[in-house]
Amino acid sequence: LKVINCCVWDPSGEIFELKAELNSDKKEKKKEAVKKVIASMTVGKDVSALFPDVVNCMQTDNLELKKLVYLYLMNYAKSQPDMAIMAVNTFVKDCEDPNPLIRALAVRTMGCIRVDKITEYLCEPLRKCLKDEDPYVRKTAAVCVAKLHDINAQLVEDQGFLDTLKDLISDSNPMVVANAVAALSEIAESHPNSNLLDLNPQTINKLLTALNECTEWGQIFILDCLANYMPCDDRESQSICERVTPRLSHANSAVVLSAVKVLMKFMEMLPKDLDYYGTLLKKLAPPLVTLLSAEAELQYVALRNINLIVQKRPEILKHEMKVFFVKYNDPIYVKLEKLDIMIRLASQANIAQVLAELKEYATEVDVDFVRKAVRAIGRCAIKVEQSAERCVSTLLDLIQTKVNYVVQEAIVVIKDIFRKYPNKYESVIATLCENLDSLDEPEARAAMIWIVGEYAERIDNADELLESFLEGFHDESAQVQLQLLTAIVKLFLKKPTETQELVQQVLSLATQDSDNPDLRDRGYIYWRLLSTDPVAAKEVVLAEKPLISEETDLIEPTLLEELICHIGTLASVYHKPPSAFVEGSRGVQHKRLPARMGAGLGVAPAAMPASLGGAPAVGGGLGDLFDLGGGVGMPTGSYVAPKTVWLLAIKAKGLEISGTFARRGGIIQMDLSLTNKAMSVMTDFAVQFNRNSFGLAPAGPMQVLTPLSPNQTIDVSLPLSMSGPVMKMEPLNNLQVAVKNNIDVFYFSCQYPLSLLFVEDGRFYRQVFLATWKDIPNDSEAQFQIKDIHLNSDVASNKLQGSNIFTIAKRTVEGQDMLYQSIKLTNGIWVLAEMRIQTGNPNYTKTNGFRDCMQKQMYDSTSVVRFSSK
Amino acid sequence: MIGGLFIYNHKGEVLISRVYRDDIGRNAVDAFRVNVIHARQQVRSPVTNIARTSFFHVKRSNIWLAAVTKQNVNAAMVFEFLYKMCDVMTAYFGKISEENIKNNFVLIYELLDEILDFGYPQNSETGALKTFITQQGIKGQPQTKEEQSQITSQVTGQIGWRREGIKYRRNELFLDVLESVNLLMSPQGQVLSAHVSGRVMMKSYLSGMPECKFGMNDKIVIDKQGKGGTTDDPGKSGKQSIAIDDCTFHQCVRLSKFDSERSISFIPPDGEYELMRYRTTKDIILPFRVIPLVREVGRTKLEVKVVIKSNFKPSLLAQKIEVRIPTPLNTSGVQVICMKGKAKYKASENAIVWKIKRMAGMKESQISAEIELLPTNDKKKWARPPISMNFEVPFAPSGLKVRYLKVFESKLNYSDHDVIKWVRYIGRSGIYETRC
Repeated sequence: LKVINCCVWDPSGEIFELKAELNSDKKEKKKEAVKKVIASMTVGKDVSALFPDVVNCMQTDNLELKKLVYLYLMNYAKSQPDMAIMAVNTFVKDCEDPNPLIRALAVRTMGCIRVDKITEYLCEPLRKCLKDEDPYVRKTAAVCVAKLHDINAQLVEDQGFLDTLKDLISDSNPMVVANAVAALSEIAESHPNSNLLDLNPQTINKLLTALNECTEWGQIFILDCLANYMPCDDRESQSICERVTPRLSHANSAVVLSAVKVLMKFMEMLPKDLDYYGTLLKKLAPPLVTLLSAEAELQYVALRNINLIVQKRPEILKHEMKVFFVKYNDPIYVKLEKLDIMIRLASQANIAQVLAELKEYATEVDVDFVRKAVRAIGRCAIKVEQSAERCVSTLLDLIQTKVNYVVQEAIVVIKDIFRKYPNKYESVIATLCENLDSLDEPEARAAMIWIVGEYAERIDNADELLESFLEGFHDESAQVQLQLLTAIVKLFLKKPTETQELVQQVLSLATQDSDNPDLRDRGYIYWRLLSTDPVAAKEVVLAEKPLISEETDLIEPTLLEELICHIGTLASVYHKPPSAFVEGSRGVQHKRLPARMGAGLGVAPAAMPASLGGAPAVGGGLGDLFDLGGGVGMPTGSYVAPKTVWLLAIKAKGLEISGTFARRGGIIQMDLSLTNKAMSVMTDFAVQFNRNSFGLAPAGPMQVLTPLSPNQTIDVSLPLSMSGPVMKMEPLNNLQVAVKNNIDVFYFSCQYPLSLLFVEDGRFYRQVFLATWKDIPNDSEAQFQIKDIHLNSDVASNKLQGSNIFTIAKRTVEGQDMLYQSIKLTNGIWVLAEMRIQTGNPNYTKTNGFRDCMQKQMYDSTSVVRFSSK
Repeated sequence: MIGGLFIYNHKGEVLISRVYRDDIGRNAVDAFRVNVIHARQQVRSPVTNIARTSFFHVKRSNIWLAAVTKQNVNAAMVFEFLYKMCDVMTAYFGKISEENIKNNFVLIYELLDEILDFGYPQNSETGALKTFITQQGIKGQPQTKEEQSQITSQVTGQIGWRREGIKYRRNELFLDVLESVNLLMSPQGQVLSAHVSGRVMMKSYLSGMPECKFGMNDKIVIDKQGKGGTTDDPGKSGKQSIAIDDCTFHQCVRLSKFDSERSISFIPPDGEYELMRYRTTKDIILPFRVIPLVREVGRTKLEVKVVIKSNFKPSLLAQKIEVRIPTPLNTSGVQVICMKGKAKYKASENAIVWKIKRMAGMKESQISAEIELLPTNDKKKWARPPISMNFEVPFAPSGLKVRYLKVFESKLNYSDHDVIKWVRYIGRSGIYETRC
């Protein structure tokens, strides 16, 4: 089209011309003019001035012209609300047109016009269209309800459209069902507790029937909706799985992945000894492999998902290593993902093949890929002990190539191999030392220095080597400086006579000339240790190191479970929960896998913890203290909620802050992630708190040492003290924070979990407990139920102790375990609790009493917040 | 769901922009251009997150298609939709090029309005779309009420891919088994990985609403029949069955029936479509074997010898054979001698390309080359990319055989025997590489 090619855009002239053409009597000319308007609109030119003229063309029999005018309306109605009202009549008329295509077009377009006055007029036509005789109109109307809800949720509820939408789930036409499901799912997402989708065995049956008949897209909507359902027992779970498995043969990869999601989720409920469980596992592998023959972009999505599936259920793909071998022509993003999965699947059985492949990859062109391949070889060595020797010799071969980044990467992984297998491969140190000069990356330099320090006694010229690094001490990165300091101290402890001067030099460099507090602190500690007690110094510095773990980069189990519930979606591609990248209320609700049931035991699971009625924003409620999602083997220690976004980038000129609170070793810390989403560098960070209920205040200035460049994120841990000014806040645990940088000052508020304030010496005297308990007035008492926790009393007690909730006594009454617990807050308030655990029934009842020592009033409100949060 | 859809040319100028959701602003159009199209680095991911907005993109020749969202959408669905969008556009106006898009922008907007509603993909079957989205203006619009309701019931119906009342004087079926055989072989001739990905393509010109049943030498089916004692010709079917690792079907195939009985039954779309895709990894016939020999003579010379052997019945002929032998970047000159076909050094592609028009089974041929190298100080070793091969053979390397394709149309008076059926097997090289 000519207009697109126009180089010079002369607004007044061209618009004038178009205006004339739009008002022409000739139909053809009119249509051409509207086309030109749309073309200008596409390239971003402002043609809103033509609004009345274009709307005038709306009254036409020509469907093509009508569609163009509608397109224009959708774009500009919002900016011209008063004139948009001119279009209403035509819409209402079109909704009555005998032609179903026109009726649908009208209702579809009206929903896209986000002008309040128009939405009012939309209700009546929409009501009719939802009950239209033609399925095409009904399926369009179903989506329109979601559109209307997005503009005015209250209106949709008041008009009863939600009920009509629910009725459409039983519609005879599969596409109407699918669209109704999609619309309801979307609306339900913004009302997490509404139970809008009200899934029960009957509706599920309807959905499964529609699943066989609707379009590929409809199948996706239905499967994604099914994945949110909680079957009431393993039998129901199995029967749904049986009806979903045929979808694994669908040509559309999205249908396959959504089916995989449903199966992965419902499998959780099946007993592992069930034959069907094994059959299902076998059925999952082939379709996942088939996804890898799709187009590259889909392969990428599939691989990101397989990465999750392999972590959750490694048995599914353990025999399929070969399909993840990298092809020369794969796009780089596919190659990197395949490599990740190869390492996860590496085992003694296939390690020879894997290593041969990795060696090939290490000679490729793409630097990132080669680095990752080299690193992968190291990870294989650590994962499969039998292969370690071969891995080391492969790495040595690679070092011989002298390709700079290959050498550096190899040295970094060899350091880890040394740590995993001490005293086994040190013979290669000589080869490593030859490459000292070529190392220019901090990580590689630090690794090399560590090796020299650790094996100082075997390297004759260790002192010379380390001394050579010392020359440019101040130009090194912090990582290298710290490592160098430690390495020289190690050297000194091993060969004290020759290296006295060297150690003096490094200590003074670290303590006197450095601005880095970590380095200074470490320097002083070493200095004092060495000067007061060299034997103790030896014990500390040369202590045996803990073994390093085999698997790296594993996704934390709670997050993994959540991501499994999001298979196929963006969350599974980013490996982040939706709340990390979706704004507003949508996606905040965390999904969890269902719990496995005892065989045949049909206990209906209670509502999901998120819907227990409390505000989920208050982190660290009782459920969190029990660490519900973590499963077994979670480390003890106080519960730390995942970071949430506190300050949005759009509100703070590009600075995004997310954070959480933690209590580590008696010190309260605010862990912050600062991200620069603006285009320019940020510096000069500082933080301040408003007065708050418990006098929380930063214990020191915020340490952001380097400027924050665009797209960079840094993590800061800010220690907090309790010595700030006190003012009662609403809610009690609210904290108002001001953050300053070189651009501006920004304010946000966040809420800290009260468990943060539980002190370590909160253990009540046993004898006093009972007396105090009796003394507590009834109005200071509160009761809560915590549901759906499968822990016995000992485990629960241990977990709680991690958060400084101490069990003072325990007794068993009629098969119920009673725990008596005490908590002390930082401001001296005591909380006493009685916890009743009904075995076989995963519900806890917690009764709390309080004994006030200082501030009775404050104390009562504390308890209210503390325990009503869950 | 999808918040917006943009199409750009290679310069990043926007050709089509359709916004479906209020959370997507006009600035998203520019954000993608600046951060992805104009990015200096090679694309590192088909999904990009820029300021909390996610962009999915695919490229067709030099046209970029980008879908935008701020929500946690089904990512696989978005890509499937983008591919489908490309298919639909191709079906309407041919190749996806800047010129075609500019010339058809009204049509594209009309399609985008129909196949995506509020970001939810709707019926995107070209067959159905073409019944009511036409480019003929008023004349093409359905006039009668029956016509209109026929369209809407097809678009929303259970058999959205086929309309009623199709009539052919001659009922005909074309069935192509297209396979691509993939191989990765070590220099020593060890198969590192091999698989066949096959497609069954159909062209059906059948009247009415025929019910079809497709059968092939699937091991599971054959074994099942064998157990039932119905094998009348054990010599023929017993050995030649193949193990299919996995298969996927066009949406017309009744999946639940395949799942329970492993039978493939369907009402076919009219015209051309892909009935099925499958993958096999066992007992693959590798049509060619490549035996490489690379010798470095000093620092400035390479000697390369490559032998290819054809491994199929002597009566069959392979066609369009091409062997591509990569050469180092610092190649200064190449001398080639080959027994058969033509070989040429292509400096721009850094490879020796050896072409043979035809080659019968159980033959072998050889090429030898001397490569002169310029001395370089580049420390990095030459990566030695694998030798790749292209060819076409008139059989299915997986061993797949079509056993039957039955057509039933109860309402019209033609039977299975009246349908003229054509079957053809073509095996092509996929990524067929031998490391050297």
